[in-house]
Amino acid sequence: MIELQLDFFQYDFMRTALAAGLAASVLCGIIGIYVILNKIVFISDGIAHAAFGGIGLGYFLGFDPLVFGIGSAILTALGIGVISHRARVSEDTAIGVFMATGMALGVMLLTLSRGYARDLYGYLFGNILAVTGSDVLMISILTTIILVLVFLLYKEFLIMSFDPIYGEAIGLPVQGLRLLLLTMVAFSVVVLIKIVGIIMVIALLTIPGAISRQHMKGLPAIMAGSIFLGAVFVTIGLLISYMLDVPSGATIILTAALVFFLSTIASR
Amino acid sequence: MTTVSIKGLWVCRAEHAVLEDINLELEPSDFLGLIGPNGGGKSTLLKVMLGLIKPDRGEIRIFGLTPEAARGRVGYMPQKTMFDQSFPVKVLDVVLMGRYSRTGLFHRYGPEDRAAARRALEAVKMDDRAEREIGALSGGEQQRVFVARSLVSDPELLLLDEPTAGVDSAQQTEFYDLLSHLNHDLGIAIVMVSHDVTAISKYVSKIACLNQRLYYHGSKEITNDDIEKAYGCPVEMIAHGTPHRVLREHD
Repeated sequence: MIELQLDFFQYDFMRTALAAGLAASVLCGIIGIYVILNKIVFISDGIAHAAFGGIGLGYFLGFDPLVFGIGSAILTALGIGVISHRARVSEDTAIGVFMATGMALGVMLLTLSRGYARDLYGYLFGNILAVTGSDVLMISILTTIILVLVFLLYKEFLIMSFDPIYGEAIGLPVQGLRLLLLTMVAFSVVVLIKIVGIIMVIALLTIPGAISRQHMKGLPAIMAGSIFLGAVFVTIGLLISYMLDVPSGATIILTAALVFFLSTIASR
Repeated sequence: MTTVSIKGLWVCRAEHAVLEDINLELEPSDFLGLIGPNGGGKSTLLKVMLGLIKPDRGEIRIFGLTPEAARGRVGYMPQKTMFDQSFPVKVLDVVLMGRYSRTGLFHRYGPEDRAAARRALEAVKMDDRAEREIGALSGGEQQRVFVARSLVSDPELLLLDEPTAGVDSAQQTEFYDLLSHLNHDLGIAIVMVSHDVTAISKYVSKIACLNQRLYYHGSKEITNDDIEKAYGCPVEMIAHGTPHRVLREHD
């Protein structure tokens, strides 16, 4: 076993993958809790899928796909917010439309760009082993920014998550905070796409938080527990996928899902 | 100085009036019960007092100030909110939320905020529950915590929107006694929206009936005529013993 672990860490790409996974766990642990508490799981999933449109556009124009991915994720987040506020379209309908449109655009543009079938697979299902050093840097910077924002606006996010109607009544900028939260979700989701892919992003965002909530009390403890669980799932998932030579994203999610079901049964 | 002064106030939505020519004066010691049919504009009037809805016409002053400027001196308890009963937050932290208007954006709560939260919990006799999770409390206890949240900024005026919805009658009586105490002993003016005329008439000092127009005579007296106009149908009014009256609405 010890021999295996040494073997595991001797490769650069494995160390990079692990670093990216651990940084992402911090991000998931914090943003994931707000996603759960604010019941915006479906919006977050919609944002992830819509990001695919931007990724396709980036490829098509020959620019960095992730930058375009983040752009389209934020546009979607704001678009869903504005449309469901103004037009006579309910929020979940707006999400459904944005989600499918983004996916369709992504598939279309990637196909037109030719020769990127392997990348298409990577974006849909994730490939943590293909993460580069600069990706790790970007994930770390994003994680730091979001940590600072959540530290500064902790009490505001707590009021908004618990009782937004009261928040508005006492002059809290609820609408602005909500758009900020959706923007942070958009950033997180695009980072996580690298690791587990568009289809499975939502699982990594919600499962660690959901388990932590079953066992911890108080928001800070739940966040810490969620970060810890995310780190464990990423590490174990990576190890198993390396040993058995199976896809890393799916292994990470299946590990998390298994623990979630066991934890749910145990806490009944 | 008058606590609330509203003169000729109109609020319109999509071409029709929600509030029509509202006039209301309240003194610092007043406890006003605001009754009226659903959709009659009761919540809207509270929101105007909080500065969340701008009147289309007329004037409103709270402590002689605009509602926005007075917000720090007003406590508000919304209609029973459907918060997630398993939300991971302690009672003390819920009460602290009421300090937001004093603490402001980005600032953290300090020791004086925590002391105020403890005092507010003592005022509603919930100080022994401070460290419990909010979802672990009964409906009546939760209502008390939300009153504490509206008290924690040391308001001179409390606005309560149907505060006893979903609370059983024994707890309601205790709750109204608590409000009487706040009104009499701490000198906090209260405006309470309710549909339960029977229950509130014993506790409030004034009653107003709202259905677009406000039927109010600066007292606890409401005439049969007022009620019929407001509810738009004949309403049975039973005087049962003195001094309080019981009004009941026909279905």
